[in-house]
Amino acid sequence: MDELNALMGGFAVALSAYHIMLMVIGITLGVIIGVLPGLGGANGVAILLPLTFSMPPTSAIILLSSIYWGALFGGAITSILFNIPGEPWSVATTFDGHPMAQNGKADEALVGAFTSSFVGAIFAVCLITFLAPVVAKFALKFGPAEFFAVQFLTFASFIGMGRGSAFKTVASMCLGFALASVGLDGMTGTLRMTFGQDELLNGFKFLVAVIGLFGVGEILCSMEDGLKFNGATAKLRMDAVIRTWKQLPRMWLTFLRSCIVGCWMGITPGGATPASFMGYGIAKRLSKNGSNFGKGELEGVVAPETAAHAAGTSALLPMLTLGIPGSPTAAVLLGGLLIWGLQPGPLLFVEQPDFVWGLIASMYLGNVVGLIMVLTCVPLFAAILRVPFSIIAPAIVFICAVGAFTVNNAMFDVWMMLVFGVLGYLFNKLRYPLPPMVLALVLGDQAESSFRQAMLVSQGDVSVFWSNWLCGGIMTLGVVMAFWPALQMLRAKLAGNGAIARVA
Amino acid sequence: MMIRSRMSKAKRIAGALAASACLIAPAWAQGWEPTKPVTLIIPAGTGGGADQMARFVQGIIQKHSLMKQPLIVINKAGGAGAEGFLEMKANASDPHKIAITLSNLFTTPLGTGSPFNWKDMKPVAMLALDQFVLWVNSDTPYKTAKEYIEAVKAGTDRQFKMGGTGSKQEDQIVTAAIERQTGGKKFTYVPYSGGGTVAVQLVGKHVDSTVNNPIEAVGQWRAGQLRPLCIFDAKRSTYTAKVTEKESWSDIPTCKESGLPVEYQMLRGIFTTKNATPAQVNFYVDLFKKVMATPDWQEFMEKGAFNQTFMSGADYEKWVTSAEAHHAGLMKEAGFLATQ
Repeated sequence: MDELNALMGGFAVALSAYHIMLMVIGITLGVIIGVLPGLGGANGVAILLPLTFSMPPTSAIILLSSIYWGALFGGAITSILFNIPGEPWSVATTFDGHPMAQNGKADEALVGAFTSSFVGAIFAVCLITFLAPVVAKFALKFGPAEFFAVQFLTFASFIGMGRGSAFKTVASMCLGFALASVGLDGMTGTLRMTFGQDELLNGFKFLVAVIGLFGVGEILCSMEDGLKFNGATAKLRMDAVIRTWKQLPRMWLTFLRSCIVGCWMGITPGGATPASFMGYGIAKRLSKNGSNFGKGELEGVVAPETAAHAAGTSALLPMLTLGIPGSPTAAVLLGGLLIWGLQPGPLLFVEQPDFVWGLIASMYLGNVVGLIMVLTCVPLFAAILRVPFSIIAPAIVFICAVGAFTVNNAMFDVWMMLVFGVLGYLFNKLRYPLPPMVLALVLGDQAESSFRQAMLVSQGDVSVFWSNWLCGGIMTLGVVMAFWPALQMLRAKLAGNGAIARVA
Repeated sequence: MMIRSRMSKAKRIAGALAASACLIAPAWAQGWEPTKPVTLIIPAGTGGGADQMARFVQGIIQKHSLMKQPLIVINKAGGAGAEGFLEMKANASDPHKIAITLSNLFTTPLGTGSPFNWKDMKPVAMLALDQFVLWVNSDTPYKTAKEYIEAVKAGTDRQFKMGGTGSKQEDQIVTAAIERQTGGKKFTYVPYSGGGTVAVQLVGKHVDSTVNNPIEAVGQWRAGQLRPLCIFDAKRSTYTAKVTEKESWSDIPTCKESGLPVEYQMLRGIFTTKNATPAQVNFYVDLFKKVMATPDWQEFMEKGAFNQTFMSGADYEKWVTSAEAHHAGLMKEAGFLATQ
């Protein structure tokens, strides 16, 4: 029980009035950063990093990690209210969160999202507290082949998940892959599909695409539907928290699955965004209510939020123990560690116990403080929907444009956002699913790199993906998932034929 | 006078220090000063070596109040840094932009054919040279660079895997230079996205060796997971403080003395825009002299085992010119030049 003693020591460090104040400030800033699309957690932390150089390292990391928690919480707000994911990992939250808001249940969706974020984070922190050394060793097993297997599984769990046809899903995904390949090819160091345009050097950034596809696309659709928000007329009731919490216990299995998926993706390091997609995909496949997903099911909010927060939290583990960042924000924090004079890596736990356990204790406290803060604000957030559409829509477009600009400080991205907005509208009208394209944009280049790294290592031998139990197991699972819709179709057909034969 | 009042604010932290820094730069008051915030462009992503150094510089400037206007740090990593350099080129008349460089200053235009050259910017100062070290997993039997190179020679072609950051960038150039000493045996070079990942991939034995910068792998070295074989510098590091229980940076032999005559270092330098006047360049030179006089900077240098060489003016320009020719030679030989 050394860990418990160390943790108590950590609480003693974190539980000072000064540190609690830093947490409140950090979470407030984080929620604002999370709400503004484009200004992600990584940017927010990077901007504020220099302010912390004169602080003791423990206070500095408490402030910065609180910003991170705040951003994780905040990302859900705009996803649910306006279908605009404030952060990449809240894209999956829009799938059911926004329909819930349209059905007049915005407050329930918000409470569900915040609570499940909290559950995911606490699960991940417990894991870090007690299993850090073991888990760190597991992360070392991941080479290019294993990374590709995980990414393949993420894609595979998506095929056939959409409401429409599997072919439309694949088509949408392929467009995403094509967009993801623009820019520098990391494997050969040459430029691809830039057509000599300097603006395309950077490729199509996921955030710009998401802001356009979801945010602007949604506004275009709303305009067509008559310049108002659906669900805005719902009465504001103050008992949202209790109402929602009553529904949550029966979803314990979804919570558990998403926690596991999230921790796994955070540690390996896949990151919060793929975790949220995978959490949603698995819940849809395995839940009893799976067929209602996408129409405003609370479980469809719980699954991705739990996974995203579990991943976001556990991403700090490889950063602390191995010195590899599990997420972009962790990468910035990693730079911070070096600047404060701490060397991340295997010895950090041994050499800087005060810092590490102070940080871990602040993860518990930060999330508790964060949950209380955001839950009390739920009625406030939900009331935003009551502002007339004609006032809030221009504001949203404005914030989206600023967000798109912030991603790379480039005006070109603002134009791209508008193009993606039209594309999002067209996808909506033609009933092509957006999520597969977004997923391909996020994970496409990573998956490509991992695949080609694995091919380099194995000298072009594809069997490397089945060379050990870890990678082979994940790949096999992925293949089964990918062909599941086809198998189901085949089975239905065979059964159908059998029935006809009997009739005849 | 403004300088004085600024300094009194910082007195608690570093009064004496800032004063001594001021002595180095007596001409500061009469020259040019920024009239709006200065943007420091990092032609690389967040979390990497250049990013760490840039944010560290930003922190020092802020902590010691070395500049009246704020310093804003922006990552422009697109196209292997071309995005950042092209922005510098496009704003040739705005002296409020400076850039920190890594080797992609030379490798990106040569390797991708992006239309820029360091001559599209004005050299300010060299801050330091970043070292490269040949690392292997400490479970492997190789104790010296010679033993490892012998093993590569004895193995089949492409049997040994070298992990590195990026493609046709510094890590692969060092690898290509090593391959000249391996009797025709090539490495399988596996490009990863960042130096930290590369170090961990070596710990997990997914590659056989790396040429990580010291700061990227020092954590794993101290934990006994990685072993440094040699440093790609002309002479050994000057840092004698113990990093692990037994060894210091100065205990790592040079690659040349271990029978691998390869030298490579990476520029960590500052450039401003092309049309900057001498007074504007001098302002930045003085600013960075002050940054480098702080104890924080010294600590940072030691942690990353940097080669502390400061240059500015004609010396620096000469160094950059020869470094460009050096890179062009290495890349031509390795077949990394863009086919344009």
